[in-house]
Amino acid sequence: MDFNTTDEQTMLRDTVARYLADTYSFDNRMKTVHGDVAGGAGWNPAVWKAFAEELGILGAPFAEAHGGLGGGAVENMIVMEEIGRALVIEPYLPTVVIAGGALKATGGDLADAVIPEIIAGTAVIAFAYAEPQGRYNLADLRTTAKKDGAGYLLSGHKSVVYSAPYATHLLVTARTGGDQRDQDGVSLFLIPADAKGVSRRDYPTVDGSAASEVYFENVAVGAEQRIGGEGTALPLVEQIVDEATAAICAEACGVTRVLHATTLDYAKQRKQFGKAIGDFQVIQHRLVDMFMEVEQAVSITLMATLKLDTAERAAAVSAAKSKVGKACKFVGQNAVQIHGGIGISNELAVGHYFKRSTMIEGQFGSVDHHLRRYERITIG
Amino acid sequence: MDLSFSAEDIAFRDEVRAFIKDSYPPHLNGKIEEGEELSKEDFLSWHKVLAQKGWIAPAWPVQYGGTGWTSVQRYIWSEETARADAIRLMPFGLSMVGPVIYTFGTQEQKDRFLPGILSGDVWWCQGYSEPGAGSDLANLRTKAERFTGDDGKEYYRVNGQKTWTTMAQHADWGFFLVRTNPTAKAQEGISFLLIDMKSPGITVRPIITLGGEHEVNEVWLEDVIVPVDQRIYEENKGWTCAKFLLAHERTGIAGVAASKRGVERIKTIARSELDEGEQLIQNPFFKRKIAELEVDLSALEFTELRTLAGESSGKGPGPESSLLKIKGTEIQQRITELALEAAGHYGAPYFRGFGEGDNEHPIGPDYTHRTAPTYFNMRKTSIYGGSNEIQRNIIAKMVLGL
Repeated sequence: MDFNTTDEQTMLRDTVARYLADTYSFDNRMKTVHGDVAGGAGWNPAVWKAFAEELGILGAPFAEAHGGLGGGAVENMIVMEEIGRALVIEPYLPTVVIAGGALKATGGDLADAVIPEIIAGTAVIAFAYAEPQGRYNLADLRTTAKKDGAGYLLSGHKSVVYSAPYATHLLVTARTGGDQRDQDGVSLFLIPADAKGVSRRDYPTVDGSAASEVYFENVAVGAEQRIGGEGTALPLVEQIVDEATAAICAEACGVTRVLHATTLDYAKQRKQFGKAIGDFQVIQHRLVDMFMEVEQAVSITLMATLKLDTAERAAAVSAAKSKVGKACKFVGQNAVQIHGGIGISNELAVGHYFKRSTMIEGQFGSVDHHLRRYERITIG
Repeated sequence: MDLSFSAEDIAFRDEVRAFIKDSYPPHLNGKIEEGEELSKEDFLSWHKVLAQKGWIAPAWPVQYGGTGWTSVQRYIWSEETARADAIRLMPFGLSMVGPVIYTFGTQEQKDRFLPGILSGDVWWCQGYSEPGAGSDLANLRTKAERFTGDDGKEYYRVNGQKTWTTMAQHADWGFFLVRTNPTAKAQEGISFLLIDMKSPGITVRPIITLGGEHEVNEVWLEDVIVPVDQRIYEENKGWTCAKFLLAHERTGIAGVAASKRGVERIKTIARSELDEGEQLIQNPFFKRKIAELEVDLSALEFTELRTLAGESSGKGPGPESSLLKIKGTEIQQRITELALEAAGHYGAPYFRGFGEGDNEHPIGPDYTHRTAPTYFNMRKTSIYGGSNEIQRNIIAKMVLGL
């Protein structure tokens, strides 16, 4: 058993960490969030360019044949943890982990064409999978792709599509057959974001990103834009969402580590009743509990990441997400509580880490959703 | 022992219900339900209706403008206003400084300040917290030095900084704890001053909170001149007023009636939201959380009723009120957690609320718009009014004798 990273992985972590420490300050991040950055609304294209060209991290999980670094899930975990630490809002998750993951899994002409664009930073992809009625059920789809000659006509409404306002492509789930929640009949498409018949309503999200409601009205989609088999894509969608879920667990590890470290620091400095609040046992025990939550989150995220390519994938990911979701809540709420009033002001970074940790709790399924899924898989 | 309402109580409840139905300002409908940020005018329009009716200060003694209601009637009142989603009035005048003034003030001070509180013509804010003090309230540094003016009258010159001053941006007057004797022990040497917020030397700066709201402020006081007759009670004995006020603040803080309404609202959301094609409320996990919330809320409600019964038999609110603060705020926070959880994906869009001239429809179902900002905002409840950690210390020391 070896939990050490390889030299290449260590270098990847150091490179990303150094770049973010040097350039991605909290103030700079907030400028991006507020749209005060050239060419960006909710993201900074210059940062993305640097990810592609200076750091080369957009190729982290892709094969060398595509121009990537030859890594996989562990590389995604490493990058996502650093993304969590710096509260990065740029779309590594939907573009590299999710869309990249789908293309990698299926291969073929589309993968050969698009993966190099992802690595070069020219393809930015949003994942349009959730629907207003669907909650966390990936098969609960009203969006349809009806056969039209050799291709399809796509119609429907996708909700809260992170990164859609500035994406070049949309990765969309739709029904090519079956009833609303059937396992069969789900297909996956990669379409240009500006395809005729696509319209959006853009808005900011509470955790500092940009998202859209995306509407499709008889959007013409070629058969070559389908990823995976027609009507049989649900297992692929579940796989990429599991990979994405493991990735945001890693992001949560970064977020909660910073929440804990910042709070610990504050507790050592802040004085009340003549001594540092960290001298009070109630605060000490709380910080210890937070520490234990973070460490367990890191451990179970590692477990899930290492099982992504095994038969235990789904159970491992649901175990991790439920545990990490609880950690996000416990560490986030207590970080704010121990900071007191300033914890709920919008000026301090701690509140923004708390907002992100709160959104991660619900992303790709709540604690309850994942515990139920875990039960179904392991207990029956 | 009797849990049922008398015929008089039921008649009173019907009267209250009818009055709210007929008199609640229609333009405020829906604002509480959707968690919208409220303007000064919003608060005042309901305040004025109640002031007109003489129902603005149920907790005050009749001689000062109270309603003379029994504790059961007051309970019915808060139930009915919460049930109707009516705006909760700003507590600074009515629940905080008002009772301090009629308890500790001179006749002249009562005559001068109480009418404006009742009518709503004077908006108050509270100058307690300071940077670096927080729940260690007595650790305050704002100082007031006494001097004789050129007119031969006595004044204080006040210098310092207050923070977390709720709604100070609207305030006409503020009540401040200031240090009048710097050499005395922490809790001795504090005085309780009423200060006109338009006084030269006062600067109010907004603090924006996590939900994007402007509720709280920093207040800077630079050589603010305050006549001595604006001090309540004796010089250096302000801690007595402060403690009295805090105990009063804590009794109302449980927020049982509003929480009951909050639980009902979650049920409504959970009936509308779908989960695996069924109502979310049928999800056994979610249903269990609602049930646990209701059970805990019942326990809190009856604890509050016991406390109220004790008060009406002559006991003032004691350290037991810390229990109401801790459990009440925990339940309020759990309600916002569940609402956000129920909102699912639609908890993420950030929607600030309808601004002036803004008629864009928000994203997602109406009940989801402000779930996340409200959740973030309500983290304050376990921090303000003496953090819940401090409340536990109070129970440990005062109730358990530890």
